[in-house]
Amino acid sequence: MRDADGAERALLAFLESNAEISNSEAFARDLGVDHELLAGTIKSLHGFGFIEAKDVRRESWELTEEGLVYSRNGSPEVQVFDAVPAGGISREDLQRKLDDSVFSIGFRKAMSNKWLETKPLVSRKVLKVEDVVKQQLLDIKDGKNLSAADIDALKKRKLIVPKVWKAYSITKGANYAPTRTKAATEVTREMLLKETWSEVAFKPYNFQALGQPTEGGHLHPLLKVRTKFRQIFLEMGFEEMPTNNFVESSFWNFDALFQPQQHPARDSHDTFFLKSPCKTQTFPEDYLERVKTIHEQGGFGSIGYMYDWKREEAEKNVLRTHTTAVSSRMLYKLAQDGFVPKRYFSIDRVFRNEAVDRTHLAEFHQIEGLICDKGLTLGDLIGVLNDFFSRLGMKKLRFKPAYNPYTEPSMEIFRQVYPLYGSSALLTLISCCNSYHEQLNKWVEVGNSGMFRPEMLLPMGLPDDVSVIAWGLSLERPTMILYGIDNIRDLFGHKVDLKLIKSNPICRLGM
Amino acid sequence: MPTVSVARELLHTMLGRVYTQEEFDELCFVIGIELDDVTTEKAIIRKEKHLQENEADEDEEVIYKIEVPANRYDLLCPEGICRQLRIFLRVEKMPTYRLSRLPDSSILKMIVKPETAVIRPFVVCAILRGITFDQARYASFIDLQDRLHQNICRKRTLVAIGTHDLDTLQGPFTYEALPPSEIKFIPLKQAQEFTAKELMEFYKSDLKLKKFLHIIEDSPVFPVIYDSNRTVLSLPPIINGAHSAISLNTKNVLIECTATDLTKAKIVLNTMVAMFSGYCDEKFEVEPVDVVDPVGRVTRYPDLSLRTMDVDLSYIKKSVGVPLQAGEIVDLLSKMQLTSKEIDGDKIQVSIPPTRSDILHPCDVMEDVAVAYGFNNIPKTRPKTSTEGRQQPLNEFSDLLRLELAMAGFSEVLNWVLVSKKENFTLLNRKDDDKIAAIVSNPRSSDFEVGIKSPLFHCFVNSLAFQVLRTSLLPGILKVMEHSKDVPRPVKVFEISDVVLLDPSKDVGAANSRHLAALYCSTTSGFEIIHGLLDRIMNVLNVPVDGYTVGPSNEPELFKGRQAKIFYKGSCVGSFGIIHPQVLKNFDIPDPCSYIEMEIERFL
Repeated sequence: MRDADGAERALLAFLESNAEISNSEAFARDLGVDHELLAGTIKSLHGFGFIEAKDVRRESWELTEEGLVYSRNGSPEVQVFDAVPAGGISREDLQRKLDDSVFSIGFRKAMSNKWLETKPLVSRKVLKVEDVVKQQLLDIKDGKNLSAADIDALKKRKLIVPKVWKAYSITKGANYAPTRTKAATEVTREMLLKETWSEVAFKPYNFQALGQPTEGGHLHPLLKVRTKFRQIFLEMGFEEMPTNNFVESSFWNFDALFQPQQHPARDSHDTFFLKSPCKTQTFPEDYLERVKTIHEQGGFGSIGYMYDWKREEAEKNVLRTHTTAVSSRMLYKLAQDGFVPKRYFSIDRVFRNEAVDRTHLAEFHQIEGLICDKGLTLGDLIGVLNDFFSRLGMKKLRFKPAYNPYTEPSMEIFRQVYPLYGSSALLTLISCCNSYHEQLNKWVEVGNSGMFRPEMLLPMGLPDDVSVIAWGLSLERPTMILYGIDNIRDLFGHKVDLKLIKSNPICRLGM
Repeated sequence: MPTVSVARELLHTMLGRVYTQEEFDELCFVIGIELDDVTTEKAIIRKEKHLQENEADEDEEVIYKIEVPANRYDLLCPEGICRQLRIFLRVEKMPTYRLSRLPDSSILKMIVKPETAVIRPFVVCAILRGITFDQARYASFIDLQDRLHQNICRKRTLVAIGTHDLDTLQGPFTYEALPPSEIKFIPLKQAQEFTAKELMEFYKSDLKLKKFLHIIEDSPVFPVIYDSNRTVLSLPPIINGAHSAISLNTKNVLIECTATDLTKAKIVLNTMVAMFSGYCDEKFEVEPVDVVDPVGRVTRYPDLSLRTMDVDLSYIKKSVGVPLQAGEIVDLLSKMQLTSKEIDGDKIQVSIPPTRSDILHPCDVMEDVAVAYGFNNIPKTRPKTSTEGRQQPLNEFSDLLRLELAMAGFSEVLNWVLVSKKENFTLLNRKDDDKIAAIVSNPRSSDFEVGIKSPLFHCFVNSLAFQVLRTSLLPGILKVMEHSKDVPRPVKVFEISDVVLLDPSKDVGAANSRHLAALYCSTTSGFEIIHGLLDRIMNVLNVPVDGYTVGPSNEPELFKGRQAKIFYKGSCVGSFGIIHPQVLKNFDIPDPCSYIEMEIERFL
């Protein structure tokens, strides 16, 4: 057995005295080397112009597993025929004598060949049959040629499959030489030690090809954008809220936010309720009583919603529908601990029982920021939103009146989409996101904001001159825009494309 | 948000000038409604019939679809939207809605029987006299009822509206609750008589009505309204009688609203009469009805009186952040349908019309001032609040570990918390003992989730995808591998996020736990690679080699003899091992995998 170098020497030597190698496969067989191995050598020599190699393709037929079995045991129709005794046999008994598959295929075939009849016992209709199929299979095994019709019939029965042989015919190439010295591709330690580097011929480097991919792991694009948002909040002096509690009571998720119990958001079509643990029973009772009162009768200057507030509704556990559930716990705690001004933020998962499509999932990440202080104004909210969004590269914002049960005033935040000469990726890609807003110079919504209602804050025990300004947006939408992803499932969840995780740019929002 | 269709022509006529689409869009933006779509009547019909979208004819009437805020019930019809826009643009003055002056004796009565208390206790009524319908008004009258039913009435559970041709009826009326077999009448759009019991059966196949049957179905008595001749007006909240059906020619309309929530019934009635009294001979005049409750107390409806609210001017100025004068504020509020006057003590007194049930607190008045002033005219300021930025230690810690895992050659995945029960238990060779996983009571089958495609598990194809909260990160990571068959091996992935476990010590009964998980998949299992990753994790956590131990384990999702538990400070913090071949098969993963999962909060 020769190695690749030996095969190369033998091939070049053969061509020195012969004009052509007509079939590399036969040549490999004569040399006693694997054809695969020789093929590598041929490609390399061809690449350097030592030889001229041309593809030779040959198609032949190969038995399938089933075909192989029949070539040994005979075709099923003959097996069935042979199993029928001269006096006939009941179908059931015949079946029992044979393999299930042999019987089902063979019986059908033998019947259609009119070898057998049922009247009702299965009996022979002809005296003797010849196993043509078996013979054909053996012929194929021996490499004999069959008629096209026979091949077709065997192919249909899935007894044979085509097999493609690829070989080469070889002649001398433009750079032919009886031996070749290999051009170096790397500077090696040996070259340095022996100081041969100046004498060695180097193979030209192919700058058209890509380099070798780097090793190492990769961070998820959505979380890279999360990191950027966290940085922006931290730079702006915001403190992170603890949001690692996905299961929440309706009380903190809705009631504490002055969201009435018949509000459609509390419908099972919008919110995931829990069977286990189904309810929360521990609440700050005095606060719960104040929440009940503000819903039923009002107070603190409000007329309330004037309905019968039910504790059972508040006890129902849900998967939190917004991180504002955590904000309500934090603001309540702030009122109990003694008010000090705060800037809070969080970025974490929320859950909605909504139809899932290209842009909506049952869970997504909510980004939330809030400032709690005395004497905050709507002008402050507009100012802080401009600061926040300008760090994302959105310099010009506009605000639209909106409705939200726990903020008043409520403002939807809009930003303008410019023509495609903006510098930031966000500017250029935002237009691909929403068909209606595809036209440029349109204003598109980027988030929601508002001042928390006094009916939410005052029952908590916060001083009555304290206001809270807050805003929220999803993490997925800016990420999809930034990375040009139009199906949210490519980004979040198990259908993610690992290639996407490995190949995406650093998050340069606002840079 | 609800959407209302308004003909563009009507808008232009009502607003007194032609607006370009951009101009109208801008007007909507400022006031807080949204031009959602521009279409035509014929296009809507074509869409409903799934016909090919043809070129629109030149003469087709253009329809604006306008989204309105969910708490402005007075904007649920073209009449209301036009009225608000006209008042905002100062084309029209705020109307005064009033009751017609009638002697007490000629006021119609609705007598409520005590039995109604068990099923639908409240009813309120009003009469629109001398109304003139045309095709558009009539359609709008029906549409408004539909929209109110969909929104504030919560699909008729809280309130149901019935409208009747008063001239076909004879007062006084009675609101009763009777056994379904005793109620017999010809319902709207039918020719034959049904008992209420038969009707419930009949409507089970009615696409529109069947969804309301559950509201009364299980009650021994059904609510029903009769006139003095025992003619059935309606079987609320399901259907009206055919006898009193209104038509284009109806002149006098009786509106009744039955309810389980009286506050909402009053709002619904007020909305109906405020919107359509504009078409009465006496514009904005409504004829009242006296409702006599079971103990004989009489209440006159509708209540169209103005509610007053005193609001501090300083509160408005300080909240908006603009130094407005009292006169300016009064003027701005008038654009929002709120009349107000300055009163003593730096206050204004605001009169709230019956159409503005959304005004609960002075903050709602303050918002209207800000909207009328223009959000985008308010100068930007910066809050003076001085605070320090601070991260949650657990999140900061997780982020540092995420970087280390990525540097160790693993790529990050991010999976859903919601998984199916099978994925969390059966497919991992685990049994659900009901003691660890939080379970969703209203799971939704995910339309794009086809479940596990292995031939063994064909039955899961339509299973519910969002049933339980994952108790480990394994199902998500295995699903990633199921969908990554074509990714060149080896594949190295990790996830650091929360699982949820039942925890009776928490008020809600469950708690998040932050986990770290990593998986190696190749043509060989690579157990020692995952073992090496454990050593690396401990190294970056500054746990010395003798600070943690691994011990024998018998986790069903891992392979016997190639798995171990990880102990730190005497307790188990996780495990690692080769994924069990049966589990790989369950998730249709063709290649061997090694896996580590551990809790990380204990290292914080």
